[in-house]
Amino acid sequence: MQTELSEQTSVRVFSEPRESIARSFQKWLNREGSAYAFLFPYALLFIIFIVVPVLAAILLSFTFFDAIQFPHFIGLDNYIALLTQDDTFMKYVLPNTIQFAVIVGPGGYALAFLLAWVLAQLPRLPRTLFALILYSPSMTAGVAMAVVWRTLFSGDQTGYLNSFLMGLGLVSEPIQWLQSPQYLMTIMIVVTLWSSMGIGFLAMLAGILEINPELYEAAAIDGMSSRWQEIFYITIPSMKPQMLFGAVMAIVGTFQAGAIGVTLSGSNPTPQYAGQLIVNHIEDYGFLRYEMGYAAAVSVVLLLMVLFFSRVATRLFGSEA
Amino acid sequence: MSKVMGKQWYRRYTGVQNRGINPQGFHVSQIKFYVFLVPLAVLMLLPIVYIFASAFKPPDELFAYPPRFLVSRPTLKNFTDLFSLLSTSGIPISRYLFNSILITIVTVAASIFVSSAAAYALSKKHFKLKQTLFAINTVALMFVPIAVTIPRFLVIENLNLLDSFWVHILPVLAMPVGLFLLKQFIDGIPDEVIEAAQIDGASDWWIYWRIILPMIQPAIATIAILTFQAAWNNAEISTLYINNESLRTLAFYLSTLTSTTTTGAAAVAGQGIAAAAALIMFLPNLVMFIFLQGQVMSTMSRSGLK
Repeated sequence: MQTELSEQTSVRVFSEPRESIARSFQKWLNREGSAYAFLFPYALLFIIFIVVPVLAAILLSFTFFDAIQFPHFIGLDNYIALLTQDDTFMKYVLPNTIQFAVIVGPGGYALAFLLAWVLAQLPRLPRTLFALILYSPSMTAGVAMAVVWRTLFSGDQTGYLNSFLMGLGLVSEPIQWLQSPQYLMTIMIVVTLWSSMGIGFLAMLAGILEINPELYEAAAIDGMSSRWQEIFYITIPSMKPQMLFGAVMAIVGTFQAGAIGVTLSGSNPTPQYAGQLIVNHIEDYGFLRYEMGYAAAVSVVLLLMVLFFSRVATRLFGSEA
Repeated sequence: MSKVMGKQWYRRYTGVQNRGINPQGFHVSQIKFYVFLVPLAVLMLLPIVYIFASAFKPPDELFAYPPRFLVSRPTLKNFTDLFSLLSTSGIPISRYLFNSILITIVTVAASIFVSSAAAYALSKKHFKLKQTLFAINTVALMFVPIAVTIPRFLVIENLNLLDSFWVHILPVLAMPVGLFLLKQFIDGIPDEVIEAAQIDGASDWWIYWRIILPMIQPAIATIAILTFQAAWNNAEISTLYINNESLRTLAFYLSTLTSTTTTGAAAVAGQGIAAAAALIMFLPNLVMFIFLQGQVMSTMSRSGLK
């Protein structure tokens, strides 16, 4: 009796969920299937070209891998070596990256906001014209521009900058702009700032223009008189979402621009490591020395840096803060 | 008479009107902004003016000492030289140009469909993982492709995509910024429009094709520009994943010009040709942006990250 019952239940337990799994799958397919169908191409490419490489970088960073033998696990050795033995990284790459990132990141971002704010004070036609001029450098390709920079900053007296400065009598003999450790970093920063008024800048401009003008009128009635008060108490709080989008674009742009030193000086490593940034360090180890595991560890550090700075920006401008 | 006109003029440009954000016309308070913007704009334009000027300079002006910034006797010689030139491996420049054009067109078209379909699902469809997937994409906005060049190479190698036409296109298509902007824009379409169509028996595909796509044209224009820049300016893919010279792009060819003509007279002679090529690279970007800038701005006003 009891065994029969248990058999019966077991049969029921066995057969019913099977049916319902099939049925619930059918139901799920009817309800959510088309959403996934629309998502599928993007999701597939996203996984293959973004998720898998990031996961692979994390995995490889715990291995020794020279691109010939199969990678073997070495634990945290790469990270330990990065922190304790890599003199180039600690002495040049890290300080350079921080200097470059701090000036180009927050500096470029503040400049983008300031320019967007100034443009918003102008009527439509001049505003569009200036926006086009400021945005156009970001449309140029880094590699194409190398031709231009090498001529403008050329090391002999035929270089435009040298010729200009010598004409004014400011320097007596040509300066090797791109080959001297003294100037390379400054030029890298100037060039990157020049081309940094991209979509983050456009987003902030659009954000400022979207703010309801009544907010300003109300504030004026309440006795707000200075433009600075307006900026800090109305403009920025009203466009926090665009400020955050602009900040994320600025951070990504800053780290993505890392190849500029090598492009300008024409060599990796750059002269006396003066323009060596973390991206060049990855390339140096990955493609020139074939220490791919180690390069992967540096990549992970880079991705973590970007994530960290984006968290800071989210703290500043995010809606949950 | 003139006194009245002067008074009107004075009131018009100094009164309360046209002060502050997005004014309708000129106001004296704007002068300080012009004083700041005009020199800056001139400074920022210099390198671009240089490209235009050098591209049309005859050889004697390129060699001139002291160097002159502007061109006095413009010529098309640099362009004809560029197109009659063969790369070191014997590939005509027109081949690189053709590759660039084809790759860019396919990439832009494919990217519009891939991103807008996904954006439609993330904005208007209801499913459990919706919020999670959008959050993942938002984190991916912070993704720096240059950091994972090596694992990407391994992935592409394992997929047998090295030295293929598709390696130019596929890695560029999943662009988190593009999906993000499109999704924000589709959020602006009221749900009622879609519900009404569903009641009339419209299929998902019909809704996407006939309602969503026509209503998000500004966002599509923006994605088109961003993808265009990413594809047209891309030299890395040709450098890293392509060994077959006839599959490489114009942007790649330009990067070889800089590395081979760095010193001496060759550098000066190459300058004109390089500037001509740089101009060919830059102009399509500029023209596209000029035509589509209004649409870009209306997309950007919805770009906020919450």
